[in-house]
Amino acid sequence: MTFLPKPTLHHPDLPTNALGLTRRDYEGAVSTLCAGCGHDSISAAILRAVFELDIPPHRVAKMSGIGCSSKTPTYFLGTAHGFNSVHGRMPSVATGANLANRDLIYLGVSGDGDSASIGLGQFAHAMRRGVNMTYIVENNGVYGLTKGQFSATSDKGATSKKGVANADSAIDLVGLALQLGATFVGRSFSGDKTQLVPLIKAALRHKGAAFIDCISPCVQFNNHVGSTKSFDYVREHNEAVNMLDFISGREEIVTDYEPGSVEIVAQHDGTLLKLRKLAADYDPHDRVSALGYLQTHSARGEIVTGLLYVDLDAEDLHDHLGTVATPLNALTEAELCPGSAALAKLNASLR
Amino acid sequence: MHASRTKRPDAGKDFTLQATDVSDPQYFHKVVDCQYACPAHTPVPEYIRLIAAGRYADAYMVNWTSNVFPGILGRTCDRPCEPACRRGRVDAEPVAICRLKRVAADYKGDVSGRMPTAPTLRRGKRVACVGAGPASLSVARDLAAGGYDVTVYDGERRAGGFIRSQIPKFRLPESVIDEEVGYILGMGVEARFGERVTSMRSLLGEGYDAIFVGCGAPRGRDLPIPGRREAAANIHIGIDWLSSVSFGHVTKVGRRVIVLGGGNTAMDCCRSARRLGGAEVTVVVRSGFKEMKASAWEKDDAMHEDISVLNYRVPIAFVHENGKLVGMTFDKVRAEPDPNGHRTLVSTGEPAEFLAADDVLVAVGQENSFPWIERDCGVAFDRHGLPVLNAETLQSTRPEIFFGGDAAFGPKNIIWAVAHGHQAALSIDLFLRGEDVVQRPSPDVTQTSQKMGIHEWSYDNAVSIDLRYKVPHVEKARALADIKAEVELGFDPDLALHEAQRCLNCDVQTVFAPKLCIECDACVDICPTDCITFTADGSESDLRARLNAPSMDQTQDLYISHGLKTGRIMAKDEDVCLHCGLCAERCPTGAWDMQKFLLDMAQVGKMPARRMKVAA
Repeated sequence: MTFLPKPTLHHPDLPTNALGLTRRDYEGAVSTLCAGCGHDSISAAILRAVFELDIPPHRVAKMSGIGCSSKTPTYFLGTAHGFNSVHGRMPSVATGANLANRDLIYLGVSGDGDSASIGLGQFAHAMRRGVNMTYIVENNGVYGLTKGQFSATSDKGATSKKGVANADSAIDLVGLALQLGATFVGRSFSGDKTQLVPLIKAALRHKGAAFIDCISPCVQFNNHVGSTKSFDYVREHNEAVNMLDFISGREEIVTDYEPGSVEIVAQHDGTLLKLRKLAADYDPHDRVSALGYLQTHSARGEIVTGLLYVDLDAEDLHDHLGTVATPLNALTEAELCPGSAALAKLNASLR
Repeated sequence: MHASRTKRPDAGKDFTLQATDVSDPQYFHKVVDCQYACPAHTPVPEYIRLIAAGRYADAYMVNWTSNVFPGILGRTCDRPCEPACRRGRVDAEPVAICRLKRVAADYKGDVSGRMPTAPTLRRGKRVACVGAGPASLSVARDLAAGGYDVTVYDGERRAGGFIRSQIPKFRLPESVIDEEVGYILGMGVEARFGERVTSMRSLLGEGYDAIFVGCGAPRGRDLPIPGRREAAANIHIGIDWLSSVSFGHVTKVGRRVIVLGGGNTAMDCCRSARRLGGAEVTVVVRSGFKEMKASAWEKDDAMHEDISVLNYRVPIAFVHENGKLVGMTFDKVRAEPDPNGHRTLVSTGEPAEFLAADDVLVAVGQENSFPWIERDCGVAFDRHGLPVLNAETLQSTRPEIFFGGDAAFGPKNIIWAVAHGHQAALSIDLFLRGEDVVQRPSPDVTQTSQKMGIHEWSYDNAVSIDLRYKVPHVEKARALADIKAEVELGFDPDLALHEAQRCLNCDVQTVFAPKLCIECDACVDICPTDCITFTADGSESDLRARLNAPSMDQTQDLYISHGLKTGRIMAKDEDVCLHCGLCAERCPTGAWDMQKFLLDMAQVGKMPARRMKVAA
């Protein structure tokens, strides 16, 4: 936490993106989280992803609930839209916003308390409905704002800062997302931006419910020996199944890898995902085997990270409901009040 | 290997890049670009903070200790610090370091009580200084404070050397010279002014234990082209003419004046001529405008006074009629690379150009001249007529004779003369105590954490985004009407405060403790100039290309640290660090700390015990 605003002076050779903006143009207010908080690294990763995708900040809607994680949208994309909802209710608000205006890019930022405890039901329905959004859970395994009680994602047997062991079973949000029908599921770590940034970019470009569980150590209450969400523990037990390189449609694909080690996956919008396989037996297109793989490794105490599942033919909520393509605020009176003839026709169809 | 899986390194892993040794004072000294660039290594950020705090007398004394003439240098220094200033790399212009120095001098009040006096414990050794310019006076000050009996000789009646005779009064008022020269003469230095030394042998005969030669480069270079002799009455050697102006022997000049040469002396000549009746003053240079040696701000000031500059013109002849100068002819040239790639000037083939003139001032360089040093008295000279010296100790081939200032290596400037003075004084002190002069005393270095609380530092770490402030000038008509009217008015305290706040405090160093680091990336994320990178080890050229912000300026160091748990290295590019301390504020473990690094060069009278060896 700092009281000083970040100086506006920047590196003289700071690169610009296709919009002529620099990374610094995507910043928000200075963070008031604890110094060293993993959440700030995730904010920096989101900022970089949006910058590198050449997305104008004002086309993004940042949705969040309550908690340390949910404060963070203030700290990046200062000129984006934002909604800070009631605790755990971000998915409903995001769903409504998305239905009203499908042209914005929806980024939900939540925490393990906001999504795995009070908002678990909300989380579940956003996933199963296929709301077109990127849903990031900044998962630190504790309630940081209330001084470090175990959260619902704390592993059974992990100890608190004072040494008390957690007796409850952990909720694995990645497993839930897979079961509930999310069409893009990944897990990463705030301390590894080389893995996290491409994952966020791919998720932002995914059409459908994209979920990223991002382990984010709480330096204040959950970064000790005995924690399973500390920097050291995650680095020791991180099992990446693949490395993702995100390729925008413009770039040429260079295939200089050993056959079978790289898979190029095309997304709906023409962007490409280049997946370098790290675990030979892992298939990110098979929902069922992914679940098994996760549970096997989880039982061994390993944290499986990477792009865990992607459905390239995903549909979203708008496809399911057959809604109008134009954002509601752009519909004119002629479309909203089509007249008595149209009403008569509609009534006739229901007789 | 799993790219995202980072395991602890094997014990004893060899790194391609050496970790930075921050205990070597030269490492952090180099980060303080201004201090490093200053020949006298003045602790610039330290005095700028004192100015911001309104502690002008303290700021003055920091300067006085290092550079002896803060009031003089605050108006006339060549300011090698400013092109080096880090602010100039992240902002349009550097901090106005030189003019802030003047602020300290202008508002310090009476500091006479803080000046050292000659110690009562005498060393019983006598030292003669030849010339009373900045080099000799610096030697005299240091040695007088060290208990030596110093005698200063000068042909003029008042001390100052070229500071007094060459620099026009509209740039440097006489009262400033009198004050700062007075501090030194007030330390019990014996002044033998109006007494020109004409023989080294007879000076040696007076039994001095050591002699310092600081007689400058007193001879102005002439231009022996046709018509020089015939039109001599209206052709003047620049430095001689300036001293005649300075001493009141010359009070007017013709209406049309040509000044030959593109250095600072030429700028002083043309601006003086403007004030003595020169209505049409033209500076003519052989090469391009850009290649002129004069400082950019001196060129600006001259042009502001309606002086025109003609470039790419090589003088052919002085034109005279009936024994009187009427003008000059020039060959127009252009710059072309010769087969070796060097720039040469080639005639354009156009007919010679005539410029009418009533007077010509020749300011095409200065030369050393030692007619008074007998060539058989043991002091060797090289083929350029310069004394053979050890560049560090300034000792000549005759052990008790030392040189400094322009007399040592040809014309430089005041701040170099002061730097030589300090070094020569150290050498003389070592020599007279029977010690080895090449064993130089190391500087005094202190390094102190600036942390006071979670968000409190004992320096002002907020970074001002103000652009450089301009020093107010006196109205042009008034300036041109009176050759003694000082053109620059200096910053007032309010402007000085705002300009001082532009200083980035580069002496408050980012110090990294890898054992404490948990690699959370907080510093990387907050750094406003993308200086910090945690990455895999590699060669320097490879690493420089893959930093968060690529850094190709090899002259700016990378701060490399090993010992991180993941086996990566921390690389901090010092180039554009704002020293804002946000990395340290963001660090949850205190792995980054902001520590003030204060380096004071060794001086006679305050010699630290440690010694470091220099090449003999």
